[in-house]
Formats: sequence, C-alpha cells, structure tokens
Amino acid sequence: MLNYIIRRVLYGLLILIGVNLLTFILFFAVNTPDDMARINIGGKRVSADAIAKWKTQRGYDKPLLFNEQARGVEKLSKTLFVERSLPLFALQFGASDTGRDIGYELRQRALPSLALALPTFLLGVFVVVVVSLIMVFFRNTYVEFWSVAFAVFLLSVSGLFYIIAGQFLFSTVLKLVPASGFAGGLDMVVFLLLPVAIGIVSRMGGEALFYRTMFLEEIGKDYVRTARSKGLSESVVLFRHVLGNALLPILTSTVAVLPLLFMGALIMESFFGIPGLGSFTIDAINGQDFAVVRAMVFLGSALYILGLVLTDISYTLADPRVRLA
Amino acid sequence: MPKFVLLATDLALYFQMLVLVLYVRHALRTPLLRQSWRYVQRDGAAMSAALVLVVFLLIALLDSVHFRPRLPPAPDAAPAAEIAYSTRTLSVLDVLLTGPREAREKTYSTPLATHQFSKESIQREGVTVRDFPRLQYGGRHLEQPQEQWGGDVLRRSVNGLGSGLLVVVLGAALLVLSQSQRSGQAFMLAALDLLQGRSALPWRAIGVTLTVLLLLAAWVAALWPYYHVMGTDQTGNDVLFVCLKSVRTAVVIGSLATIATIPLALLFGILAGYFKGWVDDGIQYAYTVLSSIPSVLLISAFVLMIQVFIDKNPQWFETGLERADIRLFLLATILGLTGWAQLARLLRAETLKLGELDYVQAARAFGVSHAGIMRRHLLPNVTHIIVIVAVLDFSGLVLYEAVLSYVGVGVDPNTQSFGTMINSARNEMSRDPVIWWTLSTAFAFMVALVLSMTLFASAVREAFDPRARAYRVRPAGASTLPS
Repeated sequence: MLNYIIRRVLYGLLILIGVNLLTFILFFAVNTPDDMARINIGGKRVSADAIAKWKTQRGYDKPLLFNEQARGVEKLSKTLFVERSLPLFALQFGASDTGRDIGYELRQRALPSLALALPTFLLGVFVVVVVSLIMVFFRNTYVEFWSVAFAVFLLSVSGLFYIIAGQFLFSTVLKLVPASGFAGGLDMVVFLLLPVAIGIVSRMGGEALFYRTMFLEEIGKDYVRTARSKGLSESVVLFRHVLGNALLPILTSTVAVLPLLFMGALIMESFFGIPGLGSFTIDAINGQDFAVVRAMVFLGSALYILGLVLTDISYTLADPRVRLA
Repeated sequence: MPKFVLLATDLALYFQMLVLVLYVRHALRTPLLRQSWRYVQRDGAAMSAALVLVVFLLIALLDSVHFRPRLPPAPDAAPAAEIAYSTRTLSVLDVLLTGPREAREKTYSTPLATHQFSKESIQREGVTVRDFPRLQYGGRHLEQPQEQWGGDVLRRSVNGLGSGLLVVVLGAALLVLSQSQRSGQAFMLAALDLLQGRSALPWRAIGVTLTVLLLLAAWVAALWPYYHVMGTDQTGNDVLFVCLKSVRTAVVIGSLATIATIPLALLFGILAGYFKGWVDDGIQYAYTVLSSIPSVLLISAFVLMIQVFIDKNPQWFETGLERADIRLFLLATILGLTGWAQLARLLRAETLKLGELDYVQAARAFGVSHAGIMRRHLLPNVTHIIVIVAVLDFSGLVLYEAVLSYVGVGVDPNTQSFGTMINSARNEMSRDPVIWWTLSTAFAFMVALVLSMTLFASAVREAFDPRARAYRVRPAGASTLPS
C-alpha cells in the first residue's frame, strides 16, 4: 500500500513538472518579458531604458532556459526558468507584477473561497442525491418525466443567468440579502446565502441526471431483486440498500473535487464580490498579471493532482476488489 | 459585382458543412448507421430539436457569406478608375435585415416602444423641456403614438399571427393529404392518426414545433419593419438583430471547437490504445498534464498570447472584422486544442478493448500493417464515440463562451455574441427601472439553441450507445424497466 502511494505521488510530481514547463513556455517564450514590460508600463513612455529597468526590478532580466554568460552549473541555474519555476514547488510564489506578495494574498483569500465553496459542495451533493433518488423512486410515472424534463432545462441555462436573475430577484426586488460583499465572522452567512443557493441550483440539472442513471444502474442488480423478493417495500429497498451501495462510488468520485475547492469559484466570487482566490484569478487575468496567473495555474494543477492521488487511495480503501497495480 | 470576403471562420463553417454532407452520404449507404439514425428519427423531441437547430444553422450560414459592396463611383472620377469597395464587410443576413440593421436609435428603448427609454432635453415649440423623445425608427409611422399605439400593435400582431396560422393550416392539410394518399385512408382518419401520434415519423411533435416557429416568425415579420420588436440596447442597436448575429458566433464556437478536438484526440487515442507500452505512457502523461491545468487559466494564457500576436501584426488584417474574426477562429481552435484529453481518453479505452478482439488479431496475423489496422479496422469502429461526444460537447461550449467572455478572454469585444450580451446585461439589471429585454432575449435564444442541442444529443447517444437506452424516461403506461 505504502509503495503504491509513493509511486502515485512521484507520478504526480512528474506531471507537475510537465505543467510547469508548459506554462513556462506559454508565458515566457511566446509572450516575452519585453512584451510584458511594454504592457505593464503602457502608453507612450515605453523606451528601451524603461523596459530594461522594469525587467531588472522584477527580476526578468535573465535568459529563459540557458545562460551563456554564466559558467558551470550556473549556465542552467541563472535562468528565468529555474528562478521562476522551482520556488513554486516550495510554495514560494514571490511577488506579483504589481509588487504584491502572492503568498500573503493566497493565505488571506483561501478562507473566503473555502467558506463559499465548501457549503456549496456539501449541500449540493446532499440535495442532488435526494432529488435523484426521488426521481428514481417515481420512475415510470409522470413525476419522473417532468422532473427529467425540468432537469434538462436547468442544464441548458447558462450559469451566468442564474447569478444575474438570482441577484435581481433576491437582492434588488425582494431585498432579502445584500447583492454583493463579504464580512468576517458570523456576518458572512448573510453574504453567502445567495451564492451558495445559486451554486447548487446551477449544478443541479446535470448532476441530478447523472446520479439518476447511476441509481438506475444500481437498481438493476441482483441484490436489489433479492431485497424486493424478500417482501421489503420499495422505499426501504431504495433508501437503505440502493443508497448505501451507490453512495460509495459517489463519495469516492467527490474526493477528486475536494482539493480544488480551495481554488474557489471564479465567476461566483467576482459576481458577489467575495475576496477569494477566484476573484483574485479573474483580476489577474484582466490586469494581465502573469506572475499571479502562473502561481494560480501551479496551485490549481497541484491540487488537481492531489485529488487524483486521493481518489486512487480512496478507491483502494473503499473497495477491496480493486487491486493495487 | 461586390467583392467577396472569405473569413477564416466562414471557411471553417463551409468545411464543416462539407464534412456533414459527406457523413450523411456515408450514413445513407451504411445499413448499420442508417438504422441508428432511424432511431433518432423516431424520437419526437429529437426531431423537433433538429428542426430548431436547422433554423439556427441556416441563420449562421446566411451570416457567413461575406462581401464588401461596391461604392458608387465618385462624380469626377475617370471612367477607367479603379473600382472602390466599401470598408464595411456585410453578410447576406445583414442585407436581408437591412431595415433593422440601419434603424439605429440613440440608446435604450423598450420592446415595441415609440419613445426613448430615458429623458432628454428637447426643443418643443421653442421651449426646452425634458421629456422622452420620439424614436427615429420605432413607431415612426404613427401620428399620435399615445392613442394609436395599442391599436396599431394589436392590428399588426393579429395580421401577422393570422397569416402565420393560415400557412400552418395549409401545411397541415397538405401533410394529412399526402399521408392519406400514401396509406389509402380517408382524410379524417389520417388526420386523427397524426393527431394521436400514430405515424412512422413523429409528425405531431414536428408539427407543433413548426407551428410555434412559424407563428413567431410571422409575428416578428409583421412588426419588425415598424417597431424594434425586442427593444434596443445601450448604443441603440436592435436587440433582436444583435441576437440573430450572435447565433453565428455561438454556432462557430460550438462546432469549430468540437471539430478541432477530433484530429488530435483520434490520433493520440488510437495510438495509445493500439501500441500500449511506452507510447501509451507518453500520451497518457501528455493528457494528464493538459487536463490538470485549470481550463479557464489555460485558455486565458492562450488567448492573452494570441492577443499579443494580433496587436503586433496589425498589417495582416485589412478590416476590423477580419481581426475580430481571426480571434474568434483562434479561440475556437484553442478550445479544441485544450479539450482533446477527454475524447482521447474515451477513444483509448475503446481501442484497448477492440485491439483484443479476434478480427484485429486475425488482421495482425495476416500481416496487415499497423497503419492499415488502425485505419481500416479500428477507426471505423470508434466513430460512434466521436459522433456522441461531438453533439454532447456542442452545448457545453456555447455556454462556456459566455463564461469566457465574462472573464475577458472570450471573443473580440466587437463581435456580437451571447457572452458579450449577458456581460452588458449585468449592469442593466441593476438599473432602476430595470432594463430586462436584452438579457431575456439573449436568454431565450441561448436556451433554445442549447436545449435543442441537448435533446438532440441525448437521442443520438441512445441511438449509438444501446446501454443509454435503459435510462430513457418512459411515462406511465409504457413498459417497465428490465430489472
């Protein structure tokens, strides 16, 4: 078991190196530090001197992958790639192009992000499981037909509509909750109520349909027939036997998503003015702050890979039939 | 003769039409494929959805024939002077809708309005007053808008709907007649059969959809020359016209991005599944790396890149439209290039399964080359996966475009798209009184497009993947699930 985990983690590290190389090429080879300087200085004041100064200040004044002027090992180590990418592995994110400390920002913003993402996720799974079970319970009736039709409709609406319409209805017309903003402590509940609800509704259509097929698949199995032929009522079969067995794959599949919750919800946060990592990312993209975008790419992929490793482990823990290959 | 302009996305759309036609021809000649598609044909929801999709596709195609009209020669020009062309590129759709396109107001106006939405200082009988000014185009034929407006709108609506209904009734009668001729039934019996949904093709569902579409079209056709049917936006453009223009952007993003994923996914998926070993390891590594980068960030990185490229090379593009178009084209390509991992994974799994089957082993034993096996024995047997994924991805991509536009890495700000419309609607909804019509029109169009694609896709999946049929909804009275 330990052997297997170590192997998976090492493979994860290998992928992370690949991600780093790819983003480095994307951000530096094509969009050179000169371009970045020009964008950041902006306007008419761009001169060769200004660009050189900007690059020295930000530490972009070295060759990309190979430094011919240095000697020995320094030929490789005194390059942008080593100086900009390797510290990421030690979670040293450095300063953004506008001079702010990225690591500090991340620590400040992780909590609000999590405060939004975690309830959305947990409540969402609960609601979706309940709804899809009800759909399965009423299968072959008009309840199922209309609920499936409604789910397909929900699926076809852009998430942005839910946000705009929800804000309009609950904040502007009914004035139940503030339209946007954030506060620490218990006050945050007021600000989070609407985004959490909208987050659940906008995901519900697709996921309810997906879980419904999962439950329907489960319902065709032998043990369900056995339970029915024992004379158990349909609700007992469904809510005790089927739910218990289907919950395992559902829970193990959610493990992959868990680490990514830290990244926050991009759109939701910027619409509701929640100072989390999602809105941080969007601001960085709009401001063309490549240092922040690169840090977020690294963080995002590291968390994704962590999710993959955790999924593998949870499968082997949950299902003894899975062999460790 | 106007000067025809071939934009990159036009070319891509034509190419896709060609591929579609070739596929249809191929499907008609292959009994197995014909049978699968017949399954889709029998599905009422899918056929209605297909009808709506065809309408959207027609709009997109009309909007994809671009040209620059010839300018009238200058009065003092020599007769042999070079012909001058307008700098504005128009499409066939623009020409068909010249009226609404040129009927630009100053700013917002509500649907069917005769007056502007906001007050302005206007001169009236020598005195300056603040009032709602009359619109330049909306309701300009009315002398006394306050009294005549209601009656005029009602009269024109009834006219439009009435003529639409006439067409529907005539069409329905013709359909029943042809059915009764074919089956030799009496006219009324054939009509009853169709009404109760007893026909090989789901005529009842198609008929209902067609009726709704025709009535809507007739109503719009009756009112559009005189009013802005869905109001105007901030810069005074007709909202319905902008929506119709946005259809092309959505179709291009949805289809082009899907098409762009296929070559890479097909190549890597089959290679990985067929050769296994280190080839498989390498390809798996590549797509795990790609899919572990958050997609919005990966796409923004690419888009920021192409934006720098476009800004650096302005000499390559003659008009603003060409510049905006190349961005749309590259955006769709990027969506394809970053999205191939999912499809490649499915294709790899299927190829792994197929590779173990007897006929592939036999081909190998007979000494068929690797390329030959992959092309002749594996490729045809994985195409159903491509068809399923292609139709499933389309709606997701249309929705994704709106998100990308919001993040600021979507289409060019000058390109009309649902994303940019929703983006502007964000501020409009917080105004008081609220400006609801831009958002609701964009909403209606987008839901119609995405919903029909979703319905069509689910029927296609059921037709090509029999396992999916087990989860079909059967309303009361139908046979129960096999258990």
